[in-house]
Amino acid sequence: MLNTLVKLTDLHAHYGLSHVLHGVNLEIKRGETVGLMGRNGMGKTTLIKCLLGLVSISSGEIQFREQNTKTLPTHTLARGGIAYVPEGRGIFKNLSVKENLILAARSGFEGRIEWTYDRVLDSFPRLKERLMHGGQQLSGGEQQMLSIGRALLTNPDLLILDEATEGLAPLIAQDIWGIIKVVQESGISALIVDKNFKAVSKISNRCVVMVKGKIVFDDVSPKLIEHPEALKNWLGV
Amino acid sequence: MDAFAIFIQAMNGIQYGLLLFLVASGLTLIFGIMGVINIAHGSFYMIGAYLAWSLMGWLENFWFGLFVGVAAAFLLGLVLEWMFIRFLYDRDHLQQVLVTYGLILIFSELRSVIWGDDVHSVAIPALLDGSIQLTENLAYPIYRLWLSGVCVVIAILMYFGIQHTRLGMMIRAGESDREMTKALGINIGLVYRFIFALGVSLAAFSGMISAPISSVFPGMGSQVLIVSFVVVVIGGLGSIKGAMVAALLVGLIDTFGKVMSLDIFGINIFPEMAGMSIFALMALILIFRPQGIFGKEY
Repeated sequence: MLNTLVKLTDLHAHYGLSHVLHGVNLEIKRGETVGLMGRNGMGKTTLIKCLLGLVSISSGEIQFREQNTKTLPTHTLARGGIAYVPEGRGIFKNLSVKENLILAARSGFEGRIEWTYDRVLDSFPRLKERLMHGGQQLSGGEQQMLSIGRALLTNPDLLILDEATEGLAPLIAQDIWGIIKVVQESGISALIVDKNFKAVSKISNRCVVMVKGKIVFDDVSPKLIEHPEALKNWLGV
Repeated sequence: MDAFAIFIQAMNGIQYGLLLFLVASGLTLIFGIMGVINIAHGSFYMIGAYLAWSLMGWLENFWFGLFVGVAAAFLLGLVLEWMFIRFLYDRDHLQQVLVTYGLILIFSELRSVIWGDDVHSVAIPALLDGSIQLTENLAYPIYRLWLSGVCVVIAILMYFGIQHTRLGMMIRAGESDREMTKALGINIGLVYRFIFALGVSLAAFSGMISAPISSVFPGMGSQVLIVSFVVVVIGGLGSIKGAMVAALLVGLIDTFGKVMSLDIFGINIFPEMAGMSIFALMALILIFRPQGIFGKEY
């Protein structure tokens, strides 16, 4: 039952006066993990913000569960099953770890509860030791775990990770990839933006490369590695 | 002044400070959480006082009047947020000041049309009328004690509400990162509407309970607005704790300034120049802490 969860059609968006997205077409199926790659400033984060209704689109269409999302506010989209782990982690610094988590906790679309407070703490034992700490007292890796744990507590159908391993020590980054693997296995769709193209292509079913607001590559992950020259141009690797 | 007179003035100062806290806390909440400078806040205080005068005349019951007045102010707050304030969140402070200044003019004119420009007084409710005899010739009014007690209770409820409830968590989360709060599925617009209405209710409630101990007059809104801004600036923009400390400081200094007499080099400092004292305090604190006592550094 690989039906479509998200469908973007000819999406254009502006950030102030600059035209950032130039007609993006993208589909994410249920349970699918899509890696979104591209250099800085190519429009990845804008694309994500459009999906969440945080940036308004100029033309084109976004469908989530076959419903046009144009008029839906961000909180409605989030309640519909989109969870966001933003670049910079977005931890509420004036809330404790526990508060960050219970603020987000709720049942998902049609009342489904897969991720509970206890399950998240079991998956991230380091958070358990820091429950009463303030959000600003955590290390980078712990903040990332908190951000992912918080997103999972909303019991989403689509998890969006923007630069989830950025600035983390390799061992910690490995932990994060392990967690993403668990999320993936639980059947949640994921859209992953990350600089580490090898790790992304390994974990994703499909890879998408963006250059200057357009998608220049969209295929199963192994195909990407067959294009070393293109990789160099597109991603600088 | 003897010890008893000082004690009574201290009580008055604290009571005035606590009342200021109720007004200033709404102002600082609305600024701290939503980033909106609401100079119409004093108008709500004035509306509260006039409502107290009207309602207590019609209903002939202080407590029922209080309840109806606060409910009406809450509704007014909801409507105003929906009509005007929600368009101000992403705009700069100048536009916020312009819109809320417009509201001051509208409310001032409406007050003139509905209630006229006369000065009124509101009777102290029978239950709290009377005083506690302290010495043979000194007594302290029960109503003022009650008023201080009510303010303390509200301050504690506010603290508890912000620190320990789900709504409080949403408020703090929104203050920290508005986008992320929305992305977690929280309707921050609704939270803001509630906070604004709460601020309006607090200001109106302050006006209502202060009506029996001061007169009800047209300029009372701007008077309290200016002092409240002094409190908010001294305490630190957006800080409830700061508002409490600063309100007590301002209340005490203002009260003692008016009753002390002090000459320096033949110049009559108090009580003649007492009106300046709170502004001098503000200037002094801003020299050493530009962000206010509990303000965040920018």
